[in-house]
Amino acid sequence: MACTAEGVAAAVRAAAAVVAEHRVELIDLDRAIGDGDHGENLNRGFTAVVAALDSAVPDTPGGVLKLVATTLISKVGGAAGPLYGTAFLRASAKLGAVDTLDVPALLDALRAGLEGVQARGKAVGGDATMVDALIPAVAAAEKAAEEGEDVAAVLTAAADAADTGAESTVDLVPRKGRASYLGERAVGHLDPGARSSALLLRAFAEAAR
Amino acid sequence: MSVGIVLVSHSAKLAEGLAELAAQMAPDVTILPAGGLSDGSIGTDYDEVVAATQRADSGDGVVLLYDLGSAQMTAELAVESLADPSAAIVADGPLVEGAIAAAVAAQAGHDRKAVAEAAAAAGIPEDLAPAETPPDAAEIELELRNEVGLHARPAGLLVRTLSGVDAEVTVRLGDQEADGKSVLALMSLGARQGDRIRVRARGPQAEAALAKVKELVDGDFGE
Repeated sequence: MACTAEGVAAAVRAAAAVVAEHRVELIDLDRAIGDGDHGENLNRGFTAVVAALDSAVPDTPGGVLKLVATTLISKVGGAAGPLYGTAFLRASAKLGAVDTLDVPALLDALRAGLEGVQARGKAVGGDATMVDALIPAVAAAEKAAEEGEDVAAVLTAAADAADTGAESTVDLVPRKGRASYLGERAVGHLDPGARSSALLLRAFAEAAR
Repeated sequence: MSVGIVLVSHSAKLAEGLAELAAQMAPDVTILPAGGLSDGSIGTDYDEVVAATQRADSGDGVVLLYDLGSAQMTAELAVESLADPSAAIVADGPLVEGAIAAAVAAQAGHDRKAVAEAAAAAGIPEDLAPAETPPDAAEIELELRNEVGLHARPAGLLVRTLSGVDAEVTVRLGDQEADGKSVLALMSLGARQGDRIRVRARGPQAEAALAKVKELVDGDFGE
């Protein structure tokens, strides 16, 4: 089963709902090791995304992702804006004008998103950032696709791996972002960006069912 | 006309205060603050940074300086989105000292590359700053992508590669510097995967030395 632009828009709305639901959790995670704005910023960004989708849904999955990207870049004041913005922008560029999102297109989009986050934030695996959720997520999605799974199952595999990857940041010393100023003192804390990445992937997976 | 300067900060007050300070050194330079979010809260506003960058460009381009992590990302994203991304440079320097140095360089009529370099050099302690770069010296910045970084085997490989090349090579990570022909010195830098090293070569074969190092690093030291 492939996803149309409407399907992708529905998944984005679901993600916005999840961000709203976890706003306080993300704020608390970020307050422990950062500046405490991650939940607020992301919620502001996704609220604006939903408002934009309410006025018009673009014709293609790539168009929807581009709208998400430009809105997040404009509305999110912290690092999550340029990082998620670049991820969605690269994913959108990769999809081009295709009118449905099938498994190969989804993999392309996920890979492009990860590359975008790494290009923008210069983080690698083990730096205790959202990259630690996204690298295993992309790997798991590729494996599920090889096994012939559909879009929903590929996204579920990605979300499961992202959860585990996000958990791994608890034991890491952050080397990028605001938490890196804390060094060893940040060990024992879940990275808020890794957590939100896992939440977004879970929301997409649930919506694709 | 001169190069314009945009100060990207999480705080509107910080950007405005610094613009005021830098303007004292450079009365003819357009120095625009782009700080805070439109509602007055802390953050970086992409739309404002793009608008300021466009307004600061009087034809000679713009140099942007930033305060912390996400401000850098916002600045880079804004530059990439310009009709001509080569018209603006995000300078990697300390915000306050860099803004003053950039303003002075712009006032003196330097081009945007020189203005950005002035901002970046403002962060290097004087004894390490490349006061006068000799004509036969060159420098590159490389990112270590291999898994173990500049550990024993890669360091050894680097030293062997450089043996017989007529150039003095130094490798710098942050403010530490090591002789490119000493395995122990290179290892003691502790350069890891993801780190960016600056490699400087001086001498008749400086360029060749850098090319060899780049080939090694880009090839992940054969890992």
